[in-house]
Amino acid sequence: MSLMKFLFAVYPYICLTVFVVASWIRFDYQQYTWKTDSSMLLSKKSMVVASNLFHIGILSIFGGHFAGLVLPHGLWLGLGISDMTHQWIAIIAGIVFGLMCLVGGAMLWSRRMFNPRIRATGRKNDMFVISWLMITLLLGLMTVPFSIGHANHNDPSVMLLLAEWVKSILLLNPQPELLATVDPIFRAHIFFGMTVFLIFPFTRLVHILTAPLSYLGRAYQIVRTKRRTV
Amino acid sequence: MKIRAQFAMVFNLDKCIGCHTCSVTCKNVWTNRKGMEYAWFNNVESKPGIGYPKQWEDQEKWKGGWEKINGKLELKAGGRVKKIVQIFANPNLPEIDDYYEPFSFDYARLQNAPLSEAAPTARPISQITGEKMDKVTWGPNWEDDLAGEFASRSRDANFANMQKEMYKQFENTFHMYLPRICNHCINPACVASCPSGALYKREEDGIVLSDQDRCRGWRMCISGCPYKKVFFNWESSKAEKCIGCYPRVENGLPTVCSETCVGRIRYNGIILYDADKIESAASADDTQDLYQNHLDMFVDPFDPKIIAQAKKDGITDDWILAAQKSPIYKMAVEWKIAFPLHPEYRTLPMIWYVPPLSPVQSQIDQKNLPTEADGVLPKAEAMRLPVQYLANLLTAGKEAPIVSALNRMIAMRSYQRSIHVDGKPDTRALDATGMTEDMAKEMYRYLAIANYEDRFVIPSSKEEMRLDDYYGFQGQTGFTFGNASSLGMTNNALFPARRKETVESREEAPLAEPTHDASGEQY
Repeated sequence: MSLMKFLFAVYPYICLTVFVVASWIRFDYQQYTWKTDSSMLLSKKSMVVASNLFHIGILSIFGGHFAGLVLPHGLWLGLGISDMTHQWIAIIAGIVFGLMCLVGGAMLWSRRMFNPRIRATGRKNDMFVISWLMITLLLGLMTVPFSIGHANHNDPSVMLLLAEWVKSILLLNPQPELLATVDPIFRAHIFFGMTVFLIFPFTRLVHILTAPLSYLGRAYQIVRTKRRTV
Repeated sequence: MKIRAQFAMVFNLDKCIGCHTCSVTCKNVWTNRKGMEYAWFNNVESKPGIGYPKQWEDQEKWKGGWEKINGKLELKAGGRVKKIVQIFANPNLPEIDDYYEPFSFDYARLQNAPLSEAAPTARPISQITGEKMDKVTWGPNWEDDLAGEFASRSRDANFANMQKEMYKQFENTFHMYLPRICNHCINPACVASCPSGALYKREEDGIVLSDQDRCRGWRMCISGCPYKKVFFNWESSKAEKCIGCYPRVENGLPTVCSETCVGRIRYNGIILYDADKIESAASADDTQDLYQNHLDMFVDPFDPKIIAQAKKDGITDDWILAAQKSPIYKMAVEWKIAFPLHPEYRTLPMIWYVPPLSPVQSQIDQKNLPTEADGVLPKAEAMRLPVQYLANLLTAGKEAPIVSALNRMIAMRSYQRSIHVDGKPDTRALDATGMTEDMAKEMYRYLAIANYEDRFVIPSSKEEMRLDDYYGFQGQTGFTFGNASSLGMTNNALFPARRKETVESREEAPLAEPTHDASGEQY
């Protein structure tokens, strides 16, 4: 089996399986460990700026990837968004939110590296996951010049190939050969991105899955009873 | 009407000597763990002072508790949408330095140091970083017994509407202790602030708890609580708070802080209230009405109609009996000498306080103070502690209830003095404050003698009645490094859930027939 086949036909499934199964096990059996792991109490300085930039940036980027790669291609065409428009939206949104995430993430990374309290109390795992996310982000930002280059030649084919490959993975019909012709920087970004899913259940990232949106519709007060309600 | 029972306490500040025994016993039992070094579920503050964490009473700074906006009760820090928007970084979160950087000392140095002319010193070590600290600059009770300069202490929010400069002078200095724990509020702002729904109030006894499995560490409760009594465990990243010593209370024992109070200032008991009145009580237009509204929520446990309703709402006979004998009911409702701490936060707190008297004996002896009818005891307004200060602390600034309570406490003393010194009862002071002799005698018993059985009237939670099989959990959980006692959390578990209760016969064994009579003769 070639490396290409392993990385883009087998590895995605390893990542997704571990992502789902390990998250489920952790949620089921180790909820005490399921948390944001906020360190804001220990050092609040510049956290409001850094954390907001990072989180808004990274969530928007995730949403963008989901919209562009997972939602069906026909949907966008149906909405009257041509492939070239699509690509330009992706480039601009990618630059804006990517830079937000980069600035916020860099602040968080250096805080974790150099703030004595955060450094002393943090886990290696925390440093690893922020570093991994930042590398993935940097690789993602490095794809932007290539995308702009393609866009300047009115050529959306690379973007379409990438979407095609994602579709092939999700439809359980992996076609690694689709990535053979794209610029290598995309392949590097994809590898790092897939690995985020692999490490996800073993890091603090799990708190994303329990984003407390139900709070918006909840009554303020909660009263629990010990009586059995059969 | 829906009757609920609330486990509540009264702290008699008149007798608090500021010894911190409550804080230390609580700390040793509940917060001597990594991540909680800085947290004190129970702390004793010297007042006036800015307290722990710094200036916790300044809600313009911390945005804790509730406020009334456009006729509606809303969290002061903003509603649900604002909370979600601010979830990436809670701007109102205190930093650990607002409490203090927890420290220990390098004690080993005292033994390891090489021989030298100067005595070796044990330098402070940060319990966060493990590094040596240059200097300890703040602690959990930095202003103990009015330590520090007045300029710092006078930032105390209770000086509102007072000409505080005069209390800078030594002659006018005043001082009191304020022991504080979680107030187990009836309208808790921490519960309302929690995005994950991990904090909750128990229906049976009203104790407010933080579910450690459901807490995700969004840290909104920390700032939401106006008393700053929910703490962020920086090691586990979970919210932790005073648990009202529920494992003790469920078995009819007082909380650790109450049990160990050497001044016998703490009273534990239950009080019945009407849960349908919560929202209207907390929504008073004028914050000075909140104390009266709160008082009006409590129901008379002797009223047959109330008893019938309470039974309908699932409150058992022994709990009703405990409510009738409750020291809380006596002090808060019958005698009106106890008050909630900062009712203006609108959380309906359930730890109430008897305000301290502060007579100046030498001034009385020199006849410089106006006295009551007996010519011996000073008038309440002539105390060293300004009534306005106590009112800012306990009644949102309304002085009348505080003066009335102080007068009753003085009248009780005056009456007792006449019995013990003059040999015949003088009821003039009692008459002036609307008290009867029986009331004064009972107040004396509860406040001065403070017998154990009067201070603590705690009905057990009857776990043996609640559980079908109360031996079922026996031997199921040992000491492990995982959470072996968890049954798994979700309905759709990945692995089959463990079935933990052993099967026992539900049929009762027949009672044995007597086979011998009293003398041992066989039937």
